[in-house]
Amino acid sequence: MNALLFNVTLGIYFLATVTYLAYLVKPRDSLGRTSHWLISIGFLVHCAFTVDRYVEAGHTPITNLHEALSFFGLALVGTFIAFERRYKVFIIGSFVTPLAFVLMVVSSLFPSAITPLNPTLMSKWLAVHTTLAFLGYASFALAFGAGIMYLIQEHFLKSRKLGAMYQKLPSLEMLDEINYRCLTFGFPLLTFAIISGAIWAETAWGTYWSWDPKETWSLITWFVYAALLHGRLTTGWRGKRAAILAIIGFCILLFTFLGVNLLMPGLHSYK
Amino acid sequence: MNIIVVGLSHKTAAVEIREKVAFAPTQMEKPLRALVELPDITEAVIVSTCNRVELYATTNDIAGGMARLKRFLADYHGLSLETLEQHLYAHHGEAAIRHVFRVASSLDSMVVGEPQILGQIKTAYGYAAEFKSSGIILNRFLHKAFSVAKRVRTETRIASSAVSVAFAAVELAKKIFGDLSDKTVMLIGAGEMCELAAKHFLNSGVRGVMVTNRTFERAVKLAEEFDGKAVNFEELFEHLHKADIILSSTGAPHFIIGPKDVEEVIRRRRNKPMFFIDIAVPRDIDPKVNDVANVYLYTVDDLNGIVQSNLEQRSKEAEKAEAIVDQEIGQFFKWLSSLEVTPTIVALRSKFDEIRRAELEKTLAGWKDLSPDGQKRLEALTNAMMNKLLHPPTTLLKKAGQGGRTGLYVDALRQLFDLQTEAPAEEDLGELEE
Repeated sequence: MNALLFNVTLGIYFLATVTYLAYLVKPRDSLGRTSHWLISIGFLVHCAFTVDRYVEAGHTPITNLHEALSFFGLALVGTFIAFERRYKVFIIGSFVTPLAFVLMVVSSLFPSAITPLNPTLMSKWLAVHTTLAFLGYASFALAFGAGIMYLIQEHFLKSRKLGAMYQKLPSLEMLDEINYRCLTFGFPLLTFAIISGAIWAETAWGTYWSWDPKETWSLITWFVYAALLHGRLTTGWRGKRAAILAIIGFCILLFTFLGVNLLMPGLHSYK
Repeated sequence: MNIIVVGLSHKTAAVEIREKVAFAPTQMEKPLRALVELPDITEAVIVSTCNRVELYATTNDIAGGMARLKRFLADYHGLSLETLEQHLYAHHGEAAIRHVFRVASSLDSMVVGEPQILGQIKTAYGYAAEFKSSGIILNRFLHKAFSVAKRVRTETRIASSAVSVAFAAVELAKKIFGDLSDKTVMLIGAGEMCELAAKHFLNSGVRGVMVTNRTFERAVKLAEEFDGKAVNFEELFEHLHKADIILSSTGAPHFIIGPKDVEEVIRRRRNKPMFFIDIAVPRDIDPKVNDVANVYLYTVDDLNGIVQSNLEQRSKEAEKAEAIVDQEIGQFFKWLSSLEVTPTIVALRSKFDEIRRAELEKTLAGWKDLSPDGQKRLEALTNAMMNKLLHPPTTLLKKAGQGGRTGLYVDALRQLFDLQTEAPAEEDLGELEE
């Protein structure tokens, strides 16, 4: 049942990726709407998968890479749908849906068996800490997508190459605003994720901060986004620079999420 | 029944001629009624716009009908037919259908893809419907033309790009700023193109306009016209940071705005983007300005290039549109032909059957000792003969109907066999596939 739900989600995300990429080539509104419905249905199935797994495992399904990647995908798609409804720009999906699909594919490569949780970690903080962290990741992933779109559109406008893709991409100002909104949404989430993690660490291990690689890199990520937010608010970093920083920030974040776990053993390693 | 079109357009007649044959929209009743009272003309629609005047009608006599329409156009406006005739075109059959589909789809317009023509034809049809000058055929025909135009609009990008410099500038601004309602335009210098672009920006909802000129009085005058604010030319750089979109067309022989100035201004704006449009020749703005972050500089040549490529794209899209028109013509023509073919076949069959029955009755009345079985055989024999005889002409007619060359056969059959066909009632007509 659980595997079936996962595969259905994977299948629908694949279809949505195809239609969103087709939308990039052919700007039919009907194609955009179809894609939007597909990804929404995929999201619901994905929710069902996650809930089903939660019930089976007895804790938030985020304790191995299979679950964590899937959870990231869920957070990303959910955040994306909210933004798409708000800004009515289907084309963001052409950049975000493939990312969600790839997350699911990578997730499917890892063993899906439920890993028993270390009893010291069994706590309501698991759900709080990880949900906050992954919603924050999802916002930054959207900012990353908007950043890439900004760089492409800005290149078209500067070089005066106004092709079919230029026509379809939204205005620079809107992309910059999406970037900013994602940042103001994601930064507090990341902040609270780190704080809740520290509290949880204190209850589980008796210390707030142990300079575990994940903690260190999370802090680095936090500083990058803090710098970007600060630059935006005080000295007017916007446009191209903000887009580039959002992209760099997300690369560091991906390293924090995956690289640290795979390369540096520590308390946060997925088993 | 045949559809015929007679008219003139910007392609065949100069405005001096077109204005003489135009019909006033407030007085459409009289000409429409006069048209349908003409002999041979059964239905009529008048399309009159500033670029074309066209009469659409149905007739039984193609040559006579077209001659009457031409005569009507000349007489109604008090012109001599000799002078008018050289500007007129006349189409019938497939060519007439193609012409109207193309006009409605804006493929025959001065600016291909302009959207007004469809509305104008709808209005023209509205008058014809109001004064009952259009009937079954033209109703169907024009509704078909509207649906073809709609298909062209949704399936091709014929009307989706700017084809004037001013519009191209507005579209670029929208791609940079999104919403223009909180943006300010600054005009540096004056010039026809500059003012036209400013008007387009105002129509697109920009918040305000600033005007500066070496002659302050001219700036004040222009600012009044746009309900904007005049700025002293010497204080240009104190105000430049308040402008998002800058239209420049001074007569200065050298650059008046350089990258250093713009860097300074952008800093004051805290990196909010700026869009410079340099319309002046020689140029007012150093091309290096485009290298400053968050600044976009377009010259009049860039804008012309955009317009040119949009026009090229339109002509590419127009080819797709022509293919759509081709498809739809086939469909409509099939329907139109079936209007004549079906009643002719029905009449032919009933004529034959009538003769068969009459002769059979006569024979049976004088043949008393024929067995009931023999009667049946006789009945079957005559029936089979009739069907065999009618089979080839029936298939030929149906096939001709699909190819659209029915007139000749239908006329020949009617005369050869002295057939009387009635015009079909609307509910008997086959459904026209949309």
